[in-house]
Amino acid sequence: MTLVDVHCWIGGYPWRHVPHPEPAILRRVIEREGIGEAWVGHLPSAWWRDPVHGNTALAEALTAHAPVLRAVPTVRPDWPRFADQVDAALRAGAPAVRAYPMQLGLGADHPALLELGHRCAAAGLVLILTTRFEDARQRHPIDGAPDLTAAHVRALARGTAAHVVVAAPSRVLVEEVHWGCTPAERERLWWDISWLWGPPEDELAHLIRTVGAERLVFGTGWPLRLTQVPRANLDLLPPDLSGVGLAAASEIERRARGAATR
Amino acid sequence: MTTPLAGTAPLIDVHAHFGRSFDTDRRRLEAGDRIGISCHVASILGTWGTASPTYFASPDDVTGGNTSMYHIADHDPGRIRAYIHVNPNYPAHALAELERGIARGGIGVKLAAARRCDDPLLDPVCEFAAAHHLPVLHHLWQHRTRHWPGQDISDAADLARLAARHPTVSFIAAHISGGGDWQHSLPAAAGAPNVCFDLSGSGCDRGMLDDGLQWLGPRRLLWAADVTLCTGLAKLRALDVIGLPPGDLADIRWRNAVRIFPPGAFAATAAIAREGA
Repeated sequence: MTLVDVHCWIGGYPWRHVPHPEPAILRRVIEREGIGEAWVGHLPSAWWRDPVHGNTALAEALTAHAPVLRAVPTVRPDWPRFADQVDAALRAGAPAVRAYPMQLGLGADHPALLELGHRCAAAGLVLILTTRFEDARQRHPIDGAPDLTAAHVRALARGTAAHVVVAAPSRVLVEEVHWGCTPAERERLWWDISWLWGPPEDELAHLIRTVGAERLVFGTGWPLRLTQVPRANLDLLPPDLSGVGLAAASEIERRARGAATR
Repeated sequence: MTTPLAGTAPLIDVHAHFGRSFDTDRRRLEAGDRIGISCHVASILGTWGTASPTYFASPDDVTGGNTSMYHIADHDPGRIRAYIHVNPNYPAHALAELERGIARGGIGVKLAAARRCDDPLLDPVCEFAAAHHLPVLHHLWQHRTRHWPGQDISDAADLARLAARHPTVSFIAAHISGGGDWQHSLPAAAGAPNVCFDLSGSGCDRGMLDDGLQWLGPRRLLWAADVTLCTGLAKLRALDVIGLPPGDLADIRWRNAVRIFPPGAFAATAAIAREGA
């Protein structure tokens, strides 16, 4: 089975220099790490008002690297002609779209959040949310957006039929959502493992035992974070969990497509 | 026996902790074996917040935590060595604990965050460290621009000031990846030759290792894991990718630790190195 990184970007970061966030470097890195495919967002778009320009730049930058690097456009649900953004992603063959409600100041009960979920569900596109880009303790003084909250994810899971991947969650976030949803609701949620800790606290192992490996998916957070972390975490699982398989990105994509309502 | 994930060369974790629970201690050792850690240099910070705050541990809790740590180290002295944890707000108790710790085999001083690290109350502790050739591992928050709950403020610039007052003591600035502005910390302490940084912490930003090498060089970086062994292993793999000369990698993995800790502190690790040579 091809290992897929569902949580990476290209492009610069507004709060610090990031070395070489170019697609050619990402391609080289994932090949080195034995990752066969990556779902790639456009990092600057998380802070841009209108994501359309970033999506165009992303598509152009990844053309030479298809199908290994697959573009994941950014959508902004409170922006004019939002539906066009989703349609464009679908036409382009994207596996998913990314949205950043915290950077947009959208609360968990904002109508645009539900509209986001409804549109993604209708189109059969996976929705990727990002819990955080950096540790809260090291953020730039004017980087004031808080981490994604459990309430945002629960609102999407309860109020829409969207298939959602949450990138860079903590164990606390995973558990607060998972155990706060019905079994049917949490069947449409997946959690990237890039920010879950291994031994000695063994949060990843704990979540595999409680939430289930089928709810967890591989991601790295490149270019912000070392790609070696999730693999190291899997390598250090306790012996009884050694070799456990996470959810396959292709299966998440297939399920979202299969549940499309239009 | 399977080959360790980080290879068979010696590897010293200069920032480890025990005593949170039996299970976490067991898992630390199991995962350490899997990685290939030759020696864990560790402390227990009081009661980990149960009876007094972790970073402001009471004298009784400091003593209790140290005693437990010495027992753990006694059990496997080749693989586990102890820091002597002290709270400088209680100078007489701190010095008594240091004396007791030396007698019980402690090989370094651990300071948490009970007092800003350039405070004069730290001077007697550092004088003791100088007299006994003990390195001082100090908990830091990278570039603290304000106070945060639970810890007193200390950053790399503060530690550089303390280090200038005690030029014969080796200081380890804790967990460059442990939260905060590491990009500030590296240049802030680069001019203090007796300050090294340990690589522990949950952070694993791209660029951190490269910048650490650029500012400090391989002889002032020490590998460590603190409470996230997964990021520790990831950083070892990232160092491999950087393509350091073998000698530089050996410095970071273990030789720098051998240099700054008391002679003979890592006799078992040195034996591993001799066998592999």
